[in-house]
This record gives sequence, C-alpha cells and structure tokens, in this order.
Amino acid sequence: MNKDTSHINPLENEAIYIIREVAAQFEKPVLLFSGGKDSITLVRLAQKAFWPAKIPFPLMHIDTGHNFPETIEFRDRLAKELGVELIVRNVQDSIDAGKVKEESGRYASRNSLQTTTLLDAIEEFKFDACIGGARRDEEKARAKERIFSVRDDFGQWDEKSQRPELFDMLNGDIELGQNVRCFPISNWTELDVWSYIQKEEIEIPSIYFAHKRKTFVRDGMIWSAEDDIVFRDEDEVVEERLVRFRTVGDMSCTAAVLSDAVSIDKVVSEIRDSSISERGARIDDKRSEAAMEKRKQQGYF
Amino acid sequence: MEVLKIATAGSVDDGKSTLIGRILYDTKSLTSDKLEAIEKTSKQKGYDYLDFSLATDGLVAEREQGITIDVAHIYFSTAKKSYIIADTPGHVEYTRNMVTGASTSQAAIILIDARKGVIEQTNRHFFINNLLRVKDVIVAINKMDLVDFSEERYNEIKADFTELMAKRDYQDQNITFIPVSALKGDNVVNESENTPWYSGQTLLEHLEGLDRKDIFNSGTPRFPVQSVIRPKTDDFHDFRGFAGKVYGGELSVGDEVVALPSQTKSKIKEIYAYDKKYETASRRSSVTITLEDEINVSRGDMIVRANELPQIEKQFTAVISWMDSDQLKAGGKYIVQHGVNKVLAKVDKIHHKINPDYSGIDENVEGLGMNDIAKVTFKLNKPIFFDAFKDHRTNGSFILIDTKTNNTVGAGFIQ
Ligand SMILES: Nc1nc2c(ncn2[C@@H]2O[C@H](COP(=O)(O)OP(=O)(O)OP(=O)(O)O)[C@@H](O)[C@H]2O)c(=O)[nH]1
Ligand SMILES: [Mg+2]
Repeated sequence: MNKDTSHINPLENEAIYIIREVAAQFEKPVLLFSGGKDSITLVRLAQKAFWPAKIPFPLMHIDTGHNFPETIEFRDRLAKELGVELIVRNVQDSIDAGKVKEESGRYASRNSLQTTTLLDAIEEFKFDACIGGARRDEEKARAKERIFSVRDDFGQWDEKSQRPELFDMLNGDIELGQNVRCFPISNWTELDVWSYIQKEEIEIPSIYFAHKRKTFVRDGMIWSAEDDIVFRDEDEVVEERLVRFRTVGDMSCTAAVLSDAVSIDKVVSEIRDSSISERGARIDDKRSEAAMEKRKQQGYF
Repeated sequence: MEVLKIATAGSVDDGKSTLIGRILYDTKSLTSDKLEAIEKTSKQKGYDYLDFSLATDGLVAEREQGITIDVAHIYFSTAKKSYIIADTPGHVEYTRNMVTGASTSQAAIILIDARKGVIEQTNRHFFINNLLRVKDVIVAINKMDLVDFSEERYNEIKADFTELMAKRDYQDQNITFIPVSALKGDNVVNESENTPWYSGQTLLEHLEGLDRKDIFNSGTPRFPVQSVIRPKTDDFHDFRGFAGKVYGGELSVGDEVVALPSQTKSKIKEIYAYDKKYETASRRSSVTITLEDEINVSRGDMIVRANELPQIEKQFTAVISWMDSDQLKAGGKYIVQHGVNKVLAKVDKIHHKINPDYSGIDENVEGLGMNDIAKVTFKLNKPIFFDAFKDHRTNGSFILIDTKTNNTVGAGFIQ
C-alpha cells in the first residue's frame, strides 16, 4: 500500500469547498462533534475553510454518558481553544424524561438512543444543517448516501428518493422543518483520515494510542473492564492488555484492538497493514447486515 | 499521486457490481470481516461461488432483488493511485443516476454481456459518457467465460461498438476494449490464461497507466466566490478575502483580474490556503484570495483573468438531462444553479428531444419526461457567466431545481 499522502490534497480541497457551501447555503448549521478522529478532522477542515475568521457555527455533542473520560476532557479543551460555542445534550436526559428506554442485558448500548436526543436538539435550536464526519467507506449503506442528505420533519432518510448530485454542485434548498445532513469527508477512507492527522500533526485523544487497560474477551473482541458500563458476566476473565481504540464511540459498543502503536506514525502503519475494517470492532453493526440502513432511516447520523 | 474517479455503466445484470467486487478482492482491498460476510451470504443463497456484488449493493432492497438501485461509491488504492468507483444502476429507469455518476468521473467502464452484445442500453450509456465528455472509456466485454472465451465473439462486439463510435460528438474520447470475466477474474486485475489471443492490458493495468493529461480536459481559470471572509479581529482588522475553489487552470499573485458581474478591474494581491501564503493557486484548490483594490464582490460573483472573459448572458441554450417524474414544459420556471450561483430561469423553447440511442432527434415535443435528453433554451432573471461545456466542464454545466419541491430535477450542458 502507498505511503505517499499527496492524494489527500484533492480530498481536503473538496471538504473545504463543501464546508464553505454549508455555511453559505444554510441559516443555522451545526457541526456534530463526537470527540472522535473524524469529527476532530472536520474541525481542522472548518478552521482552514474560514481562516483568519473563526468557525462560523457551533459544535454539538450528543453525549451518551458512556463516553471515555479522555474524549470529554479533550472535547472541552478543543472548543475553548477555538473559541467556538460547544453545545452538549445528554442521552441521560432523554432517558429521565421517559422519551427512550435504556436497553438491558449483555449487548445493551446507548448508541441507538442518541437518535432521539439528536432530533430533539435539532428541533430545540432550529438547526437546518448538521455537519457530520461519516465516510462512505465505513459501511455499505453509507456508501449510498449523498454529500447533502435531506431529512424530513421527522429526521428520516428516504434512501430511495435521494437528490442527484452532479459535478461539484450542492443543492441545499429545503422547506421549513426539513434539515440536511452534510458529509464533507464522504470520500475519505479511514487511512486517509489517519494520514491527514499525521500530516497536519493534529492532536487526538490518548485512547487512540496503545495503552495498558484492564479488559476481557467476548465473541473474539476485546472490551474495556475499567468501568461498569460494559456488561460483563462473572466468568469473563479480566486481564491487563496493551490495547488501543480505532473508534471512540459509546464505550458499550466499541471494542479495543491489541496494539503497540504508541505514536501516530505507528498507528498509520498499523492501519495500512490491517485486515479488519474499523466497523468490524463495533458490535452495533454486527447485529444485522442492514443495521446501519435501519438506524439511518430513523434519523441516526 | 492522483485520485481517479471512475463510473461504471452497462445494462442490468451485465456484471458491474460483480466487477467492482472482483477488483476489490484481487487487489486485497476487502478486509477479512467484509469477506467473511460475503462468504456467509453467498452460502446462504446457495451459490457455489462468491457473489462479489454483495460488496457494493448496500441497501436491503438491492440485496433482495439482486439489482443495484442507487449509486454506491467504492474506494481502494494501489501503490500508484487512489480510486473512487461509482457503481451505477443498469436499469433504464435509473438512467439519471448514470448521468450523476458520470458527471464526477474522469473515466468510465462500459460493460457489455458477451452473450448479448451491443444493445440499446449500451448505445445510451456510450451516448451519455460522450455527452458528459468523460475522457477515458473502457469497454469491458464481460462474461467471456459464458462464450468460451471466443475471440470471434469479442471481435464481433468490438466491430459493432466501433460503428457506434463514428456517430459520437466528442471524438477526442479515448476508447479501449478489454475481454473480461468479472466472476472468474480474467483480465480484471490478473492476466487471463483463457485469452491467449488478447495481448492488451488488464483493466487495472490500463487504469494504473492513465496520466493527468489522459483524464483532465484543460480550460481557463475560473474562480466562483463562495463567500467573503471578514474576520474583524485586531490582527486582521481590514482583511477581506474571497473564498472559493479554482477551476480549469491556475491563478497567480499579480494576475490582472476582473470581478463579474460588475466588471471592475483589480489585481490578485495574496493567495492563502489556511494561514499559508502561496504565489499560485493550482486548479481545483480551495483558497482565499485578496485583491489590490477595495471592490464590491459577493457570493455568486466570479473572478477571472481580465483577458479571458466568459460569456455574460441572460439567456443560453443547453442540452439537458431531465430527472424528474413531473414534466418539463415550455414556459416552466426553475432555479438554475450554475456553480454556486443561483438564478431564476424560464424555459423559453424546447428545440428537440435527442434519442440517446443514436437513433436521431424528435422535433414536435410538448414536454420532457424522466430520463429524456433535449436541447432547450432558457431565459434568466439576471446574467450568469459561463463557458461552453465543451471548453469548460465546470463552468459550462448547471443543475435545475424545482421551485416548489426544492429537488434537483435536471442537469444541463451549455452549448
Ligand atoms: N458467468 C458469469 N457471470 C457473471 C459475470 N459477471 C457477473 N455475472 C453474474 O451476473 C449477474 C449480475 O451481476 P451484477 O454484478 O449484479 O450485475 P450489475 O451489472 O451490477 O446489475 P445492476 O446493478 O442491477 O444493473 C450475477 O448473477 C453475477 O454473478 C461473469 O463474468 N461471468
Ligand atoms: Mg449492480
């Protein structure tokens, strides 16, 4: 595989163009910020798009309450440094208000509960565009999604009647009540994102690098045992392992991988040689082949 | 290193999705978990081979019906290039998706089922790729395993297709024929032992060999302004930059330019990409430009070199591809989005419909239906600044937006 990173330049130019279009075509855009590498990359691209002016829209985090503490600390510091507004809405509040019901049992996760909290926040702030870090290489339902993806009043994605997107032209015209999910790094691969972080020397949360962690193994995957968020059976043995995370979603559905990659250079070469896709480490996609498509129809990013 | 965007084309079941899956498999781009999923599903369906189309047909409805409904974008890379392949649907009712896929591609693969040969859909897809001036077209004659890898059959199909080529409008298009079996892998990534009579490159070898000059048409630099950047901070109190992407060529500091529509003259003072200054903005780069003089420029305006003016008109004629179930009629009002510029437009005249299978034109037309291609004149409420599509792919194209539904209902190529 290649070590040359010059192919990222056209991807970066495209992403900056898209972010500028979002800011120009919509009244109230927001950048959905998870603290993960994709949204950190988006923030850097947004900085570049408007420099020397500040990023002209807020960041919003839908907090499941099950995030790695390192990501939360990182999130707050980044927003402060950039001088942009950070909005946080909590899944716990949606649970407390009786709007969603917490899953229980072995595979319980708050990942799909985020949708309700997100849709409520969009309504609360009247956001008409949400910038997200989804990439088409992540999953095959995502491979079908447009760069500007229109959602109806209920936040739903109608995969069968998507607007054609021709040349570079992005049509952001919508009716009141509709909103658009915008994906500037649609055409990036996981390796592209990592290479970009390396090239730009972008800081990322420490859990992306190899560290010692108490873990246990289930279904061939490694889970964190340092907190009581991941459900664990009595007979599942805890052991300390050298691991890192490839995505930093909800702790309850994000598995770790064995790794000794302690620096960005090592992470990049590890990804380059890896034979498993990044979503291979997410149990929520393994639930069924159509899991992602179903969640997207309901309004998930 | 280049990013090469490729679109596939061909009729239903010609093997487009299978071909892409095969490329991924043979270049070892399928990760082990994805491969396992394909093996599992192929077995469930009772196949004794791997159904590679499962790698790209991402929607439930697609897997159920075994057809592609919407464009999927697939990524892989080799030591030489990064590739983005659009897997487009072959079904006639999705022709609009084909136009969409071809609009962002520099190369196209048109598949032909060796048993069926050149059919109406082949004509149509060739016509569209030619209309959109896709520079490099590969005609992959597929399912060679089902015709005993017959050289004679291959030559017959090649001869039929060559006849079609005589009718094309854009003669500079580079066309290459390759006999393949997407299912078995012959001449896709690896050379085939079953076609000793074929001495050309494999499909991937051909793509790897394409050079910048083989895939990009050259044009004149155009800079449509996306937004004006005014930080109003202490450090950048008087900064007034114009953010946009450069199309067609390069712009450099010191270039004498005019802003359209005002036609005010100035010079390029600085070119920024993020916080770094550059002497030149290369084509397709997203930059911020400042000018020597305080002139009035806003979103939708265009900065061009003073001696390279585009056409500035309130009317134009274009070939359009209609994509909506509601008909386009003379007198109808739409929004024309030309780059980042939006203007109100009225259909002045539908001249004729063009049969995309090269069977001629249709003059008495009342309205245009889904998938129709026609020559149409529009009148605008204010001027736009355009080039002919044949001279400038970006500045010569536009989309049509329905004012009631806000949907993108058509695409056009200015003549
Ligand atoms: N024998 C043989 N069968 C093939 C070959 N290529 C594709 N097929 C089969 O042809 C059928 C259709 O293949 P797809 O790849 O789904 O066709 P497609 O062109 O993507 O079809 P649409 O997307 O619906 O237009 C499948 O059953 C494939 O296994 C080939 O080279 N040889
Ligand atoms: Mg297909």
